Amino acid sequence: MVELSNEDVRKVASLARLKLSDAEIEHFAQQLGGVLQYVHVLDELDVSDIEPMAHAVDISNVLRDDETTPSLPREDALANAPKTDGRYFLVPQILENA
Amino acid sequence: MEYTTVIGLEVHVQLLTKSKLFCGCENLFNPDNPNVQTCPVCLGLPGALPVMNREAFRLSLKTSLALNLQIAQSSKWDRKQYYYPDLPKAYQISQYDLPYSSEGCVEITVPSTGKTRRVGLFRAHLEEDAGKNIHDESGRGGDSQVDLNRCGTPLLEIVSKPDIRSAEEARVFLEELRLLLWYIEVSDCNMQEGSLRCDANVNLHVQHNGETVATPIVEIKNLNSFRGVEAALEYEIRQQAKKFEADPEGYRIGKVPKATHGWNADRGVTFEQRGKEEAADYRYFPDPDLCPVTVSDDEIAEIRATLCEFPASRRHRYVSKLGLSDDVAGVIIDQGRRYADYFEAVASECGDGKQAANWMTQDVQRELNERKVEITEFSIPAAVLGTLLKQIVAGEITVKSGREVFIVLLTEGDDGSELETSRVNEIIAEKGLKVEQDTGKIESIIDTVVTRNEKAAEDVRAGKLQAVGPLIGQVMRELKGADASAVRQMIIDRLTK
Ligand SMILES: [Zn+2]
Repeated sequence: MVELSNEDVRKVASLARLKLSDAEIEHFAQQLGGVLQYVHVLDELDVSDIEPMAHAVDISNVLRDDETTPSLPREDALANAPKTDGRYFLVPQILENA
Repeated sequence: MEYTTVIGLEVHVQLLTKSKLFCGCENLFNPDNPNVQTCPVCLGLPGALPVMNREAFRLSLKTSLALNLQIAQSSKWDRKQYYYPDLPKAYQISQYDLPYSSEGCVEITVPSTGKTRRVGLFRAHLEEDAGKNIHDESGRGGDSQVDLNRCGTPLLEIVSKPDIRSAEEARVFLEELRLLLWYIEVSDCNMQEGSLRCDANVNLHVQHNGETVATPIVEIKNLNSFRGVEAALEYEIRQQAKKFEADPEGYRIGKVPKATHGWNADRGVTFEQRGKEEAADYRYFPDPDLCPVTVSDDEIAEIRATLCEFPASRRHRYVSKLGLSDDVAGVIIDQGRRYADYFEAVASECGDGKQAANWMTQDVQRELNERKVEITEFSIPAAVLGTLLKQIVAGEITVKSGREVFIVLLTEGDDGSELETSRVNEIIAEKGLKVEQDTGKIESIIDTVVTRNEKAAEDVRAGKLQAVGPLIGQVMRELKGADASAVRQMIIDRLTK
């Protein structure tokens, strides 16, 4: 039985910048715990002789030549920005104590 | 207080590719035109897929070979998750547990001790750079501006072992690393433009009551000049020593959390930055959008063949084979690979390394500075300057005449002439600068001059050697090309023997 504590959920939520109520934390602890438990079924398999895979598909070396392609016009790049001055994306002041 | 300083550096180097690491946007420093080098991939728009730049990986391999790093047969890419406005995807594509290379070293010579030291490297890995945040400096808490031109450009992270033992060694290590990467042309290493950036980890191993105790590790972020690295570390070392003396039981590794500091170059102090999320919180996992890259021995051999002689080896050769002093060899090497190539071509043409070095560091350097150009844009080709210096070395013309020819060459070159080596002797002939080797002719001119200047000749005979000056001048004018000291001796011999 895999248990996910409320503390775990709170930490994951904070890393994902999600604000959860206490009730939601309870709720997700149970739900996510269930998901984890389901995945842990895989633990029953003996994989000690199997080379770990770095990728789900067994391919490698997909590379492109170093050639430039046109970029987006600035106007398009900034089109979805919550705030912009027409040249830059604008974000609330970033705190760095100097 | 007796202690050993322990420093490790983390260096970030931007690679010289045309396009970004995972998309075709231009990889160009362009701060005056923000947000014009972006696309759905580097903006992190949903559904966009990254494809690895072959050249970026090749330059990474080249760097590893130069740094004696072992190259992994296969490596993969991982996502490092964190939120910051300059990282629109909210993760950076980097390498975590399978970097493409590990275990290398850089050899440095420390000026103050003259000793050679080997600084180990843990690893080098390839990752994407973030964009640039520009903070409101007014203090009124205005918005920060974000420019994503740099976002997704290829960046190498090179991590040294904690083998560095002083602030000076840290600076020298960084200087040597920069020279090396600049010479092998994987990066322009321009620190003003942020192509080379450095973080330093430092602590002290103190001898205290018969045991060795370590002070907490402090990481100093974003050091962007050689002097900054040295000064910030010197400051931090002093601070740690002070703190340990004040509290030898409490100020110890493990008892105080690892701190992250910034460096204020204007005030010459480090300052505490807000704690970043712990390494474990980056939640690295393999990027499903990118597949592993494998490297064969043949590919490695092919890249190895493109490496040039390294700056340290060149510097050594200039001293041992060409007879230059350590300082002069260093000055030439520090000007970059193209400059050193030019110097070597001149030296080999004229057959005298010291003569070539003198001209490079004085006459050529002066003209480059005046014109604000690089050696590659200099209007006198190396073979032509070499031919000129050869005439001086052979005693065919004097150094003074050489300067005259140099100026003519320069003027013609600046006017757009394609200078040929044959032009050197043409100018010497046109100006009649060839040193007169016919002593009979020189003696007859001396006779004429002496007869014309009885008073001066009398003074010289009477032992007033300063009177010889005007006589030399007159002889030299008649001869044009002659060795003044030889003429002086001949006049004195003629009058006093
Ligand atoms: Zn792009």
